Amino acid sequence: MAAYQAPPPEYRELPDVPNKLEPDATAHLSPFLAKPDHNESIGFPGELVDNWEEKAIDKMGELLGKYRSFQVYMDACVKCGACTDKCHYFQGTSDPKNMPVARQDLLRSVYRRHFTFAGKYFPKLVGARDLTREVLDEWHSYFHQCSQCRRCSVFCPYGIDTAEVSMAAREIMDSVGHGQKYCNEILGKLQKVGNNLGLPGKALKATLAEFAEEIEEDTGLPVKIPLDVEGADILLITPSADFFAEPHIDGLMGYAKVFHEAGVSWTLSSYASEAANFSMFIGSYSNLKTVAERIRKAAIDLGVKRIIVGECGHAWRVAYSFWNTTAGIGSGAAEDDEFAQKLQKQLDHNYPIPQHICEFTYDLIQENKLRFNKSENDWRTITFHDSCNVARGSRMGSWAGGQFDIPRAVIKAAANNFVEMDPATIKEVTYCCGGGGGLLTDDLMEIRVKGALPRMEALNDVVEEQGVTHLAAICAICKAQFAKILPIYKFPMDMITSTHQIVGDALVMTGSIQEKELDGTDDDSDENDTDSSEES
Amino acid sequence: MMSVLYALLFYVATALFIGGLFVKIRQYARTPAPLKIPTTPAPTTQSGVAYRLFREVALFESLFKSNKWIWVLGYLFHAGLALVLLRHFRYFTDPVWWWVELVQPFGIYAGFAMVLGLLGLLGRRIVIERIRYISGPSDYLMLLLLILIGSSGLMMKFVSHTDIVTVKQFMLGLMVFDIRELPTDGPLLIHLALVAVLLIVFPISKLLHAPGVFFSPTRNQVDNPRERRHVAPWAAELDK
Ligand code: SF4
Ligand code: SF4
Repeated sequence: MAAYQAPPPEYRELPDVPNKLEPDATAHLSPFLAKPDHNESIGFPGELVDNWEEKAIDKMGELLGKYRSFQVYMDACVKCGACTDKCHYFQGTSDPKNMPVARQDLLRSVYRRHFTFAGKYFPKLVGARDLTREVLDEWHSYFHQCSQCRRCSVFCPYGIDTAEVSMAAREIMDSVGHGQKYCNEILGKLQKVGNNLGLPGKALKATLAEFAEEIEEDTGLPVKIPLDVEGADILLITPSADFFAEPHIDGLMGYAKVFHEAGVSWTLSSYASEAANFSMFIGSYSNLKTVAERIRKAAIDLGVKRIIVGECGHAWRVAYSFWNTTAGIGSGAAEDDEFAQKLQKQLDHNYPIPQHICEFTYDLIQENKLRFNKSENDWRTITFHDSCNVARGSRMGSWAGGQFDIPRAVIKAAANNFVEMDPATIKEVTYCCGGGGGLLTDDLMEIRVKGALPRMEALNDVVEEQGVTHLAAICAICKAQFAKILPIYKFPMDMITSTHQIVGDALVMTGSIQEKELDGTDDDSDENDTDSSEES
Repeated sequence: MMSVLYALLFYVATALFIGGLFVKIRQYARTPAPLKIPTTPAPTTQSGVAYRLFREVALFESLFKSNKWIWVLGYLFHAGLALVLLRHFRYFTDPVWWWVELVQPFGIYAGFAMVLGLLGLLGRRIVIERIRYISGPSDYLMLLLLILIGSSGLMMKFVSHTDIVTVKQFMLGLMVFDIRELPTDGPLLIHLALVAVLLIVFPISKLLHAPGVFFSPTRNQVDNPRERRHVAPWAAELDK
């Protein structure tokens, strides 16, 4: 399948006017199937197994018994329709099967056939159907047109989370050897080499040295980006995109500056050089755990006291919500929980574990430990894209909603011009960038472009009305997706910015060239901007 | 003859209702939720979660965020139904509890609200393309069933009066396994038969949303994964 060439969908005049349904508009979109070695490397059968129908139903039964969410969500939907217009993929494609409830129904119909009285004896009445090859193909297609962003779940009166259903569907497909190439290939690499890129430790070391040099040139300070330092206080786990992609790299350099200025000892790990954990996308608990345990092992081996996570959306959800569960990376394990205690005894529980890099920077700002020259960012007018997984699957800080307040406070501490997009498209009800959930692959370009529509509409509004020049994000997938999608929607590609790039650009480090420039010989003109003035 | 038939019907329906619901609730309660998946921002305390669930059940908070029309119609129906149900306690209690007396006057209007809400929901289902697409025969039948129950009930009150004193005697008799005389007018028999059907299908249909909402992990979990280690029994095995 060639990369998507057609123009993006037109902005809708009034987003309130419902889409006219176009059945099967994106039925043709289906990602590449994983190759046998991809599947086998992460514990799944290589190819579609012989009696796959039976196996798939067995797997469904197993998952129903293991996940309350899946069991309850299969039963509870009343087809009220509240979620039908909430999905960005529906809004961008008008394909009714991209309505969250209809997406669930692709699986629910089979659930009803095999696991409910009504579906067994009155299949027509309740829309139950057998699992056939057509159904399997439909699953592969539409469960890969869901980025598991959970926007639908916010609006459902029972909290039905289509992400949970998609994960179950993908797990079922994987279990019969019908997985998706992008996710499974990457997971294989991660488990072999330590990151999604397959970037070995040596190469990583060289790359990091280059970045450090660049910071030194810029600031005149010997800022380090340490790797595999035993006995460091902080282990930084960041998406590997931070090592090679733009604008991610600038974010990484921003973290390095903040760490240096804070005067903490920190390190990256070559063994666990990846925050991403695509196991969540494919709903695989065992892979989720295996990958998270790499970080646990790195933390134990290096003897660190704190673990900080770089800018990545789904990775932060995994870290915040699942690391403690799957790998004991957190606090509050029971005394007799040997597995978790082995790590938790070593960690410093005065800090949140894991901690988000934005929380780290925010705390320093609160303590007046960072000095900013906000005017360095005056050429930018910035808006912030809440990443779906951070917004609806995690938290920052100690209060509900800290995940919205903290990144904004960090940006506002470092920049003067900040603008919000339409409230119906941010925070709790933010739209996915269009590339999350394992869809960030060229073979799904068309759905990525179309799914970005609601975000692009909201962005276009603030660009036209308030002169926004930059879109800040805290997610590696969002950044990569926008770097591809923005030009298609006729925005400049470099509009997309790492939040810690904004921080790094305005940070006035002690003893740096910037400090000298700012203060001249004497330092009375210092404008210590730590307080975020609420301009918008 | 009719009395015996209806008595049996109600015993069977009630047994299926209670038994079926028990099985489902036990299933929900026993199925572990291995991961912390509250839809955030979520409460960070148990009492916060109770308040969230209360808002969800009593105010339909999420639905309100989502779509004001469905919210209005759904609320009309459910609030109406709740009052009507409370009012119906008068047919099962002797003497009638004081608070049942209290809702009595509202109960009658509530019957209309309920049917109105249901008709509105049915209208939406037919008219709005998106909702029509996701509706199956059972979805229409469920609405029809409820509409018929509501309107046959209203008919007994406002069109052809039923001998409600005798009905009450019948119901009180059922509760002590004594089959007494049941009046045989049409609306009453239809009303009671459909209620029995509703009881029977409850545990095998989407009406499971009623217990389901309390077991929905996105709504009932406390947002504290960093502070407490949360492990399901089957997942704990993997630590070893
Ligand atoms: S909002 Fe929830 S209950 Fe309503 S149709 Fe969607 S998934 Fe079903
Ligand atoms: S989780 Fe997101 S992408 Fe998936 S159906 Fe819901 S709104 Fe759409």
